[in-house]
Amino acid sequence: MLSKKEVQKIASLARIEITNEEAEKYSKELSDILGFVEKLNEADTENVEPIAHITGAKNITREDKIIEHSENTKKGIIDNFPEKKDRFDKVKAVF
Amino acid sequence: MIRDLHEKLINQEITSEKLTEEYFAKIEKKDPEIGAYLSLNKEFALDKARAADKKIKNGEEVDLLAGIPCAIKDNICIEGLPATAGSKILGNFVSPYDASVISKLKENNSVFLGKTNLDEFAMGSSTENSAYQVTKNPHDTTRVPGGSSGGSAAAVAADECVWALGSDTGGSIRQPASFCGVVGLKPTYGLVSRYGLIAMASSFDQIGPIAKTVEDAAIILTRVAGCDRKDVTTMLAGGRSAFGGKSAGTIYEDRLTGDVDSIKIGVPKEYFAEGGLDKSVKSLVEKAIKKYEKLGAEIVGISLPSGEYALATYYIIMPSEVSSNLARFDGIRYGQSIEKEIEIDENMILRDIYFKSRAKYLGKEVKRRIMLGTYALSAGYYDQYYLKAQKVRALIKKEFEQIFKKVDLILGPTAPTPAFKIGEKTENPLEMYLSDIYTVTANIAGVPAISIPCGNVKIEGKELPVGLQLAGKWFREKELLSTAYAFEKS
Repeated sequence: MLSKKEVQKIASLARIEITNEEAEKYSKELSDILGFVEKLNEADTENVEPIAHITGAKNITREDKIIEHSENTKKGIIDNFPEKKDRFDKVKAVF
Repeated sequence: MIRDLHEKLINQEITSEKLTEEYFAKIEKKDPEIGAYLSLNKEFALDKARAADKKIKNGEEVDLLAGIPCAIKDNICIEGLPATAGSKILGNFVSPYDASVISKLKENNSVFLGKTNLDEFAMGSSTENSAYQVTKNPHDTTRVPGGSSGGSAAAVAADECVWALGSDTGGSIRQPASFCGVVGLKPTYGLVSRYGLIAMASSFDQIGPIAKTVEDAAIILTRVAGCDRKDVTTMLAGGRSAFGGKSAGTIYEDRLTGDVDSIKIGVPKEYFAEGGLDKSVKSLVEKAIKKYEKLGAEIVGISLPSGEYALATYYIIMPSEVSSNLARFDGIRYGQSIEKEIEIDENMILRDIYFKSRAKYLGKEVKRRIMLGTYALSAGYYDQYYLKAQKVRALIKKEFEQIFKKVDLILGPTAPTPAFKIGEKTENPLEMYLSDIYTVTANIAGVPAISIPCGNVKIEGKELPVGLQLAGKWFREKELLSTAYAFEKS
C-alpha cells in the first residue's frame, strides 16, 4: 500500500501539485493498480533480455542538418507561447 | 463506400462541395445528440472540397480519397486548427504544423470536416475521460462509444463523415470500432508515421483508419502508410530499417479476394476460458469461427500462455512512457498556463508554474497514469516494475513469433462485452482497464490487428454491435485485410 506521504513524493517528482484529499484518493487507486500488476512476478523471466521496442531498430540517427520551417509554422509556435516578449518565450526565474 | 463516392465524383454526378455540405448538414442534425466532434472547420473543408472539384472538372486524375469528407481524432495535428487531445491543458493550442499523415492526405485532396472527441490524451476506453464532452454511442445513446477514439468511431457509425482517423495504443481504434459496429485497423507498429500525433506511449502508439468497410480501411491505409524521416520508428514493409529507403508504396486495396483457402487461423483457448467474456459476445465469435471454416480457412487451436500478463505489462510500460511524454505539458511553451491567471508574486519561480499549471489543467486519469509511471521508473522500483515489464514484453513477442510459425492470423473477440452504459465504469479505473484485455497484446507485440462487426446483441430493445478481432503477422496487413474482407463479404 502506498502511503499518502509516498504519493506526495511521487506527485512532486511528476511536478503536479495535489491536495491532501487527492493524495488519499490516489494512494488507494495507485495501490489497487500496483496490486494488479503484481501478477507480473509470476512470469518466469529468467534469462530473458528486456526489450524497449518491438522493431529491433537501434540508434537510427538523422543527418545533422537544419531544416527550415515555414514562416507560418514559426509564427504558430511563437503564438502558442503563454507569455512572450517579442519573439521570445518569457518565463519566470528558475531560482 | 469510398469507391462508390469516388465514381460519383469523377462522373460528376455530385460535387465534393455538395457532398461536404451534406455532411455538415448531417452533423448539424445528429451531433448535438452524439457529440462526436470537438471542432468543425467548415470554411477550411469547403476550400479543400472546391479544390478537389476543380481538379475533377479539369479532367485531372484524382486519388480515391480526393473530395471525400473525413474526420480526424483531435490528437492528430492539422496546421492552423486546434488540437486539444481532449485535454484542458491544450484548450488554447493551435497546431503550427501538419502531422505526416495529414500532409499525405492533403496531397490526395482529402476533405477534413473536423476534429473528433477522445479520452484525454487518448487515455481511456469510453471517451468519458474527455475534458470537454461525453460522446454517445449512435446505437444506444445511453451507452459509451468506446475509446479512446470514441468520437471518430461514433462519427463513422452515425454517418457524420465517410471515414475517420483514430489512434491505438492499447485498443483505442479497435474497441470503439467494436462498440460502434464499424471497421477499425491498428497497423503494425512502424507502418504509419506518428509525427504530429500527440504522444501517449510512444512504443505502442499507431495511427489507423476507422471506416465503414474493410475495403475503405485498406484504401485509407495505403494513403497514410509508409516510411517517414520524421518518425525513425517507421519501417518499410518487411521490417527493414527506415532510412535510406522510400515508402513501400503497397496498395492494400488490391487483391482483396475474399479467398481464405490457404489461410490458417489460430484461436487461443485462453480467450474463451476467461470468466469476463460476455456469453453473447462469445457465441457471436464462435459463429464467426464456424463461418471461416465454411469459407475454407483452417482453424487451429492455439495457446497464448503469456497473454495473461499482457494487461499488467501494458499498465507498467504505458504509464512509464506517459510520465515521460507528458512532461512537456508544463505551462511554459504552449498550452494553458497558470502564468496568465495568477497575480505576479515576487516569490514565484518557474517550478511553481509547472506544479500549478499541471494541477489545474490535467485531468484525473492523466495524473493517475503520470504518477503511476513516475513511480514505476523511480529509483528503487525500476527493476521491479519497468524492467520486469520489458522482459515480459520480450516473452510475449517471442510467443507471437512462435505462433506465427504455425498460423497466419489470430482470431478472438475485440472486447469482452458490447458497449457499456455511460457512467458504469468511471468510478473504478481497474475495471475500465479490463476493456482492453483482448486488444493490448497486439500493441505489446507490435502486430497489426483489425476489428470488424460480427453481429448484434439485443439489449434493452437496442441492437448493440459486437466486433471480431483478427491479428496478423508484422507488416502483413494485406493478408489481414483480405481475410477480414472475406468475412464481411460472406
